[in-house]
Amino acid sequence: MKIVIINYGAGNIQSIKFAIKRLGYDAILSNDAEEIKEADKVIFPGVGEASSAMYKLKASGLDKIIPKLKQPVLGICLGMQLMCNSSEEGTTKGLGIFDVDVVKFSNQVKVPQIGWNQISNLKSTLFHHVKEKEHIYLVHSYYAPLCSETIAISDYELNYSAALKKDNFYGTQFHPEKSSVVGEQILKNFLTCE
Amino acid sequence: MLAKRIIPCLDIKDGRTVKGVNFVDLRDAGDPVELAEIYSREGADELVFLDISATEQKRKTLADLVYRVAEKVNIPFTVGGGISSVADVDVLLQNGADKVSINSSAVKNPQLINDLSAKFGSQCIVVAIDAKQIGGKWLVHLVGGKIPTKLDLFEWAKEVEERGAGEILFTSMDNDGTKDGFANKALARLSTELNIPIIASGGAGNMQHFADTFIDGKSDAALAASVFHFKEIKINDLKESLQENGIPVRL
Repeated sequence: MKIVIINYGAGNIQSIKFAIKRLGYDAILSNDAEEIKEADKVIFPGVGEASSAMYKLKASGLDKIIPKLKQPVLGICLGMQLMCNSSEEGTTKGLGIFDVDVVKFSNQVKVPQIGWNQISNLKSTLFHHVKEKEHIYLVHSYYAPLCSETIAISDYELNYSAALKKDNFYGTQFHPEKSSVVGEQILKNFLTCE
Repeated sequence: MLAKRIIPCLDIKDGRTVKGVNFVDLRDAGDPVELAEIYSREGADELVFLDISATEQKRKTLADLVYRVAEKVNIPFTVGGGISSVADVDVLLQNGADKVSINSSAVKNPQLINDLSAKFGSQCIVVAIDAKQIGGKWLVHLVGGKIPTKLDLFEWAKEVEERGAGEILFTSMDNDGTKDGFANKALARLSTELNIPIIASGGAGNMQHFADTFIDGKSDAALAASVFHFKEIKINDLKESLQENGIPVRL
């Protein structure tokens, strides 16, 4: 199986690579369109600020490639947010894969949300063998509201999308690579999905 | 619900853990990676590695350690100690650290906080503040608490938040080492006046101290070293006791 982690200069990709290795697979880091197209599984990471990450993605031409991919694609954290229609952060236009607009938490809560929160209403094979209300690790100031593509809900100030799915595209607001054994199970589910 | 976090802190010198660690089942008590794996299995929510070595090799040794930890550990970890530039942080994040913690270098050059958060995002920038009360005022101290400054804790914390820090790690030097509980009054004030997470440090002696800092101190996370290293408190026992107190934890 060929696993490619999209390397466009935004994020802690080393951790994802190691997490995949702990599961017994190898992943390649790449920003090459052909290599990404040929992969069996694609991981789209992202940490940092939305508009500058989108800028880097556009500079590499990958903004045109990602929405057309046919194999399973997993966006993590900012990667998931960039797959949405837009983000309030830096008024960024997203890839438009998920039909939802990313917005910021209000100052009613501490921002960023940092730490372990629970996921519930799990609705996808991505959560095979994962129980309701398990804890996963998140670090974020912006969130995707609930929508028809929500496959997991988390609660911070309000209920929001902890994960999204549309066709072959998955996105998690949380970091499966940092979410202990629960995260490893979710990552494994993604790597073994059809 | 967002859980309160329990964070063991490991002091590192030349790539090895420093404080005596009382783990009989460890093959090598000085190996930070093995200790990190054990803490992770016992339910630690995060780990902090504080590098106190002062050799010229320091940067490379620390980067190597970060790489080895990231390879093995499936929970987030923060690295601190002598980090003073964007280049330092870049190397540590590239090697797999989730967050970095800066302290004296932020006081000497506050712009560093802006530069780091602009380049890497607030979420990975922790500003550590050591302070103690002098004449009724909480004053910030430098170099592991040795050198006093005129900076007021609360004013500095506010500035740190405005400059883009994602979290504050506050160590009360009045409480550190006393095993008499955390500085909950000051912590509660920080938590109320600021809108970023506050990690409590200094003073942990028993399980009740953790419950107190989450309730009275309004802390988002609590950090401790010796009570965990010497097995005076086991992390899973601590979390069960916190849950019985109605405090949300990850079990």
